[in-house]
Amino acid sequence: MDSDLKTEAIKRAKVLMVGAGGIGCELLKTLALSGFQDIHIIDMDTIEVSNLNRQFLFRQSHVGQSKAKVARDAVLRFMPQICITPYHANVKDPEFNVDFFKQFNVILNGLDNLDARRHVNRLCLAAEVPLVESGTTGFLGQVTVHIKGRTECYECQPKPTPKTYPVCTITSTPSKFVHCIVWAKDLLFAKLFGDRNQENDLFVHTGDGSDSVKPTDDIFERGLDEVSVQYGRKIYDHVFGYNIEVALANEETWKNRRRPRPIFLGDVLPEKLILQNGNLEKNCLTEDLSLSAMPSLGLNNSQEIWSLAENSRLFLEALRLFIERRGKDIGSLTFDKDDQLAIEFVTAAANIRASSFGIPLHSLFDAKGIAGNIVHAVATTNAIIAGLIVIEAIKVLEADFQNCRMTYCLEHPCQKMLLMPVEPFEANKSCYVCSETPLLLEVNTQTSTLRDFVDKIVKNKLGMSFPLIMQGATLIFEGGDDLEEDVAANYALNLDKVLTALPAPVTSGSMLTIEDLQQELSCHINIKHREEFDEEKEPDRMVLLGWTTPEKKSQGVSNGENTTAAIPAAPEAINKSEEVEVAAEISRTRRKRSEISETTGDQETFQILPDTDAKNSMDPQEVEDDDYENDLVVLDENPEASKKRRLQ
Amino acid sequence: MAKPIYARAVADRLSLREGRLRIKMDGEELTAQETALYDRQIRVWGVDAQKRLSKAQILVSGLNGTSVEFCKNIVLAGVGSLTLMDDRLVTEDALQANFLIPRDETVYSGRSLSELCCESLRDFNPMVRVLAEKGDLAQCEMEFFDKFDVVVVTGCSLKTKIEINEKCRKRAKRIAFYAIECRDSCGEIFVDLQNYTYAQKKSDGTAECHLSYLSLEDAILIPWRNLPRKVSKLYFAMRVIEKFELSEGRNPGELSNCDLPAVLKLRKELCDAQSLNESHVPETLLERILVAGPMLYPPVCPILGGILGQEVIKAISGKGDPLKNFFYFDAADGKGVVEDISNPSSI
Repeated sequence: MDSDLKTEAIKRAKVLMVGAGGIGCELLKTLALSGFQDIHIIDMDTIEVSNLNRQFLFRQSHVGQSKAKVARDAVLRFMPQICITPYHANVKDPEFNVDFFKQFNVILNGLDNLDARRHVNRLCLAAEVPLVESGTTGFLGQVTVHIKGRTECYECQPKPTPKTYPVCTITSTPSKFVHCIVWAKDLLFAKLFGDRNQENDLFVHTGDGSDSVKPTDDIFERGLDEVSVQYGRKIYDHVFGYNIEVALANEETWKNRRRPRPIFLGDVLPEKLILQNGNLEKNCLTEDLSLSAMPSLGLNNSQEIWSLAENSRLFLEALRLFIERRGKDIGSLTFDKDDQLAIEFVTAAANIRASSFGIPLHSLFDAKGIAGNIVHAVATTNAIIAGLIVIEAIKVLEADFQNCRMTYCLEHPCQKMLLMPVEPFEANKSCYVCSETPLLLEVNTQTSTLRDFVDKIVKNKLGMSFPLIMQGATLIFEGGDDLEEDVAANYALNLDKVLTALPAPVTSGSMLTIEDLQQELSCHINIKHREEFDEEKEPDRMVLLGWTTPEKKSQGVSNGENTTAAIPAAPEAINKSEEVEVAAEISRTRRKRSEISETTGDQETFQILPDTDAKNSMDPQEVEDDDYENDLVVLDENPEASKKRRLQ
Repeated sequence: MAKPIYARAVADRLSLREGRLRIKMDGEELTAQETALYDRQIRVWGVDAQKRLSKAQILVSGLNGTSVEFCKNIVLAGVGSLTLMDDRLVTEDALQANFLIPRDETVYSGRSLSELCCESLRDFNPMVRVLAEKGDLAQCEMEFFDKFDVVVVTGCSLKTKIEINEKCRKRAKRIAFYAIECRDSCGEIFVDLQNYTYAQKKSDGTAECHLSYLSLEDAILIPWRNLPRKVSKLYFAMRVIEKFELSEGRNPGELSNCDLPAVLKLRKELCDAQSLNESHVPETLLERILVAGPMLYPPVCPILGGILGQEVIKAISGKGDPLKNFFYFDAADGKGVVEDISNPSSI
């Protein structure tokens, strides 16, 4: 009997779930109810309060504990007879190698970031285990099936990499609120409270290349006898007033731009209030992460947009509290979206800067969403997606590959459908991950260093963690912690050399081989020398080509995916302030690849690109927030329908 | 000239208020605790929707794999209260696809489904009042219904569903009615929001949108030949099965393969009477449903329960296009389809 076969396949199956978050909780429950007996689950995260609205296996009392372990215990309470093996670990850890993956019949992803998704995809390809991949954002979601030799792999379509902004947009010419947030978070906050030795491009570029503002660096040093109020005022006037004045001096910059307005504290707040501002000693808790400047200023609604004066007071008060209450942290702080005072400081600073540049101000709630890359998430979509994952997983286990589908969960019906199945696409023949096709890199081989190549291309674009780079038979770089000292030193030397100066010079026409031993992935890159790059459009000063169709200009930036399918998009949403860009070119009849980018305005992952001479490249991990579970993509069937909508 | 426009604007505003569920709002702000807990979903539907949710009173009659999924979703979303009605004791069938009941006989024996589910659901979100109510909803007094903004029924006969739907319609207070039923790997949701008005999001702002819903009784009375072409086969199959259960005095799912001949006979009668070709109600589909009997294909439950959860959230918040008026999902083809079953004149 058909259903008995089904039961048998499920009972015998050994499955691996990656992620015990929003989708993961729902998935583990649904797998257990569907009769799965042997489930392994990996998640490196611990439980947070903001998870509890949807990750229903967790309670307030579990905050701080391992998601994988608590999820297991919760499910065993209603399904005691099954076997669940939790791993409180990172799926990228070396123990989860190809052999580990090979023991499973199917891998089920409920992940929240592109990096881990790509990693799992590669291991699944190497281990030849089918992968069911998923993602959600708000009311939208998708489930896709990837089987080596039968369908495309997860990376057959280019995935948007983290959004990057040219450094001058951040330091000198912000035009969107997100630019102000990046400035406040990655430059000002980092300068004041982070590692002072890190090079930091906080200064206004005068445009003529002479860093005339730089000598004032020690302005950020606080004199021993300097009272925090004075210090705060000095910082305020310097970054919002003086720096803007300096920038204004360069007429060239403002020819076609709106001129910013320098803001000095004395113009915003009366003298009395400035002095009083720091002396309101009430209501502030001493606990580190919940310390807040808001209560003493009478600011209690984080959804409200505060005035310039209110933001200025918040700025001063937050700065004062950092100095007086958390002095020991100063010099080692990194921005954390769960650090209330950090959020307050960043919101205030971003709003003051926005005010200066004529950009609309935002509430703390919204600013937090942008600064922390917080993603929209609800329980219902995750539940639906989990159901769909299990349906696909069962088809895979029954080897019913003909009937496997990618399914999109839409917010508005399309062709009457809210859940839309689409046949999986064939593998992309030019995919560097699942085929052997070489890539092409355009780069200035005389000015770009090996380090630029490793950071921007190998790690950022190719998503390799422990790469091995070869030019012909010569090994020019190897990543990892277990290298011999002299070998490591040699590679370190290579890193700072320009490509043509390497022991085996890399020039136009060279072919590099890049391997990642853990992912068992190897690919080739042909090098083409190019002299000039457009600072704005090609801030990496390198262009990687040959990987499917060129990306659309709308650098999709949900933390996730980008895919293919033929569905009309109507992600017009209840979603607040969500900017969705839908672009597609499709054909339903013949399997053409559609391309789509979905951009959710407030879930951008961003990093500032350092100028070529400033090597403070940020650790990509730092900007990759871990608190989202989703990504998805929505496509449009209608070729004309490339439209951009601003949703309320 | 200005006056009639003004009058119309007022009337529009009134009708908008009329058309929404009348959730009592006392203007309170969300607490810091609520803001922290609901942070991620407030980013989806906004603070106002969250406030409306926190005042909404929901009733669920009938607890099974699908409705407990719905209950979980709505408790997590942070409704004001959820009342459960199901006096049945726990049985092997009732445990199926129900993750709210511990598989421990010493815990569940002698207790009703509503009590047990109530206990687990309370844990999910301490800010939601979850209550168990004894009795049979169809027998409840009219006034009882006034306590609720949303009524969800499942696991009862067509007749009972129609009665409850009518009671919801008769109250001055607007009560949204939903019926949901899963069979094997298929499911159906019926929605009745009566005369519903909401602000529809457009690319260039919002437009007021009116929807007129039929009661369950009226909707299924619409002659099949008047329905749009290509209506989901599940719509017809569900009507045949439901009618069969009603005529036999059985509850949903009290079916087996032995019923196939009688069900096929009924299919012929109905199709003949409605001048519909029998191929619109495939025998394989009917057989699949009969063979499964009370057994559900578990992954279907979160899908149906998830869609229903979203619909109820939309209706309470007054945001987003609500589903009108039937929804079907079948794991066999993976499609989740909305069918508008209305009189051509009333659309």
